[in-house]
Amino acid sequence: MSVQEKIHQTVTGNPVVLYMKGTPQFPQCGFSATVVQIMKLCGVQNYVSVNVLADPEVREGIKQYGNWPTIPQLYVSGDLVGGCDIVREMFQTGELQKLLEQVSTATSSPPA
Amino acid sequence: MQERLAVLAPLKLEIEDESARHAGHAGAAGGGHYRITIVAPAFAGASRLARHRMVYDALLPLMQHGIHALAITALSPDEAPN
Repeated sequence: MSVQEKIHQTVTGNPVVLYMKGTPQFPQCGFSATVVQIMKLCGVQNYVSVNVLADPEVREGIKQYGNWPTIPQLYVSGDLVGGCDIVREMFQTGELQKLLEQVSTATSSPPA
Repeated sequence: MQERLAVLAPLKLEIEDESARHAGHAGAAGGGHYRITIVAPAFAGASRLARHRMVYDALLPLMQHGIHALAITALSPDEAPN
């Protein structure tokens, strides 16, 4: 599987995915730490995080995949939401909470 | 940076170099940390992703070389505080 395929599988197979430097427990970049903090404030606990520092191919690959030159990158329902600035702005306006709520409702109540 | 961002015809452009605050942190060797605030008519009606992409595109060569981190506030003239 190519890196692009691997990334595609990860972001489309999970409702919320964060590509970051370090881990939610030990972020290794201020911007990544900010997004982790915001996820916590939104009450999102079971998101998938990918530490790009652990894999140089993913670190470069995610920039191409998202057509976005920086990390962190937050994906919801397979779509790139943005980096730290956008996530913060959307949190401040409440848009992020709304978006994450939709996803959690969608995943916690599967069709009968 | 200023020259490259001129393609967006900004009405206001502020570039802060915050590199000194991040000197020596892991992975920062490759470039500087910057914070820009830009007001441009091109952003009107564009999504946040699209706005940031416009800025990244204008700075493309620098994003690969010279800029390590970039914080962006991109506003249309209507949204900008006077």
